[in-house]
Amino acid sequence: MRVMAQVGMVMNLDKCIGCHTCSVTCKNVWTNRKGAEYMWFNDVETKPGVGYPKRWEDQEQWKGGWELDRRGKLRLKSGSRLRRLASLFANPDLPELDDYYEPWTYEYSSLISSGPKKHQPVARPVSRVTGDDLDLTWGPNWEDDLAGGTKQVRLDPNLREGVENKVRAEYESVFMMYLPRICEHCLNPACVAACPSGAMYKREEDGIVLVDQEKCRGWRMCVSACPYKKVYFNWQTGKAEKCTLCYPRIEAGMPTICSETCVGRIRYLGIVLYDADRVEAAAATPDEQGLLDAQLDVFLDPNDPAVRTQARRDGIPEDWLDAAVRSPVWKLAMDWRIALPLHPEYRTMPMVWYIPPLSPVMSLVEGVGGDGNPVADPDDVFPAIDDLRIPIQYLANMLTAGDEDVVRGVLKRLAAMRAHMRRANLGEEPDPRIAAQVGMNATSIEDMYRLCAIAKYDDRYVIPPAHREVADTLTERQGGCGLDFAGGPGSCGAATDTAEGDIDLVTLAERGGGLSITQVNGNSTGGSA
Amino acid sequence: MTVIATSRAATLLWVVLPYVAITTFVVGHVWRYRRDQFTWTTRSTQLLEARWLKIGGPLFHIGLLAVIGGHVIGILIPKAWTDSLGISENTYRIFSATMGTLAGVATLAGLAILIARRLLNHRIAATTRGWDVTVMVLLGFMVLTGMWNTSIHNLIQGGYDYRETVSPWFRGLFLLDPNASLMSGAAVPLSYQLHAIGGWLLILIWPFTRLVHAWSVPFAYLRRPPIVYRSRAPLDVRRGAGGVTSSSPTESSVHVQS
Repeated sequence: MRVMAQVGMVMNLDKCIGCHTCSVTCKNVWTNRKGAEYMWFNDVETKPGVGYPKRWEDQEQWKGGWELDRRGKLRLKSGSRLRRLASLFANPDLPELDDYYEPWTYEYSSLISSGPKKHQPVARPVSRVTGDDLDLTWGPNWEDDLAGGTKQVRLDPNLREGVENKVRAEYESVFMMYLPRICEHCLNPACVAACPSGAMYKREEDGIVLVDQEKCRGWRMCVSACPYKKVYFNWQTGKAEKCTLCYPRIEAGMPTICSETCVGRIRYLGIVLYDADRVEAAAATPDEQGLLDAQLDVFLDPNDPAVRTQARRDGIPEDWLDAAVRSPVWKLAMDWRIALPLHPEYRTMPMVWYIPPLSPVMSLVEGVGGDGNPVADPDDVFPAIDDLRIPIQYLANMLTAGDEDVVRGVLKRLAAMRAHMRRANLGEEPDPRIAAQVGMNATSIEDMYRLCAIAKYDDRYVIPPAHREVADTLTERQGGCGLDFAGGPGSCGAATDTAEGDIDLVTLAERGGGLSITQVNGNSTGGSA
Repeated sequence: MTVIATSRAATLLWVVLPYVAITTFVVGHVWRYRRDQFTWTTRSTQLLEARWLKIGGPLFHIGLLAVIGGHVIGILIPKAWTDSLGISENTYRIFSATMGTLAGVATLAGLAILIARRLLNHRIAATTRGWDVTVMVLLGFMVLTGMWNTSIHNLIQGGYDYRETVSPWFRGLFLLDPNASLMSGAAVPLSYQLHAIGGWLLILIWPFTRLVHAWSVPFAYLRRPPIVYRSRAPLDVRRGAGGVTSSSPTESSVHVQS
């Protein structure tokens, strides 16, 4: 067992109103630059819909994520390392700018510089890449609130898998939800494994996946390998960029900017401890529907004394262990099991999870009721959840590799929570049957309500600050001679690189402090991911 | 033109220029690697235009690799070696001209596609910088003069044995035995001279252009662990140990430096 800590996120889709505040604040902080105009480290998609970039979920087209080879071994869907090296000159799976959209602005100056005219001057859209006039035919959130119509909806890859034509038609008129997306900061990141330069890495302390802007050489394999299409290529700098999980804020114990500014309070951030030694085996689980359980199995219980002991041995600070116990991510994903990973079948072990929305189901039930009476009684809702093929099937295609029972279980818990709290709010006798039906009790269901509905700032974000003091020690050590340890190199700064180009820990201690610190700094001075 | 003036010009072109170029090449690369890795990239334009790049990119690069291989054979390997293997000048010339023409045509076609899309596609044009134009012009010049030498000279005009003059001069530079007279106008055709000068200019500007990405071919990728971890602080420091006590290989295997 090797205990590692990971900052994870959960988004409660039941509460997302699709306002795009997260996207806008993220953009203003991170991608409001030349070459990055088309990038949205955070975007909010209306589902069903093709998303951004178009049809990103269709891995037969984009070859993102991992798959099992014939012997059941994990490998990137884009093929072997040799194949990627062979396609350095032209990546066969790379999305083009038009798959995202051509960024534009408006020629506002024409509004004030125009001479006297019969007609009012207009600000024409111009491309932010070429400066040419642009006929707008696609853009970010082109299909916001199903604006793309049935034509776009039909292109959603989640609808293709197992959802028949006739239910599709019905569906479009009754079902819609929002899906905010950021980088998943996966435990088994395909982008990192695909990077030929070794410029992409996962931070040991908090699991944040970053691009070293100094080391990136622009081979762009990460862009195609990420099944979520959350690594972008900056056409101006020629380097890859991605969501940084706002690491400067996380290090200071603050939530990411998308979380901080979320008006619906849908986002949760917290620490999850996991066993790094078991990640690979879990990601290679043969049955796609077993991947959710496999990933849950990799997570470690921070209350378990054995885990805590090993975690201390593996260098996880005490306050991080405490934060792991209070982690909302742990509670939502492990305690109550109402958060689910996005597309676990990509085998990247994503760490941004989602509470599926109950509202579309409720609106269906209430819509069918017809008389406008809200039906909050689980006696009515539970059979509906059992009977509804959609949107359950759709949600299952997105969150559980098609396992509808898991989605039904989560939705029933959410419905039970509503029913339980409704009685409490109306001053009725609590009905223990409601909680028992979903395997919970009054206390746990009220805890769940507090975290989901009240969602206090300090409950949503349990982020222990990074331990800068250990990095500071290194600064002091710089220039010192580290001969006073067993097996040390014969002279100051002598490297003992192994054949693989790995650096052993002795070397890291010697010059690695400088290495890691300057590289993390390099990241921030590089101005981006 | 006097003999002295000619020899001065020859020294300048065939001795000074190469050494200046080599020095700039070496120092320039060291300087850029240490000071400015942020711009060390392929500067790929595939995001902006993929259809033609998928043809032009591989055609140009693979053709160029073959061309470089040909130069190694023709310039670095002394004629005496191939002679001792019993390869006649005629056999060599036909081999070199045929293979060189094939490689040259691929390179030229690829380069033409790449230049055309850069000129015609507004998106790519918007990212084009001064150095890109310089490199493209110089590469075009090199491919054209090179094709002239290989194909026209060797196949149609009966050939010129550059391995008697150009090759020894080139090797002499690296043996610190420069001999400018080998490249004199009487001995070497103008197109060969132009090709050589162009080559040194390319070497001269190399470290300051996108060409540096040639040194970043990621062979190390084939042997590294798939998931790269990096730490803000080394493990022993995070563990709170005052000094390093031990390190196990399993832990170190997650540390990778590219």
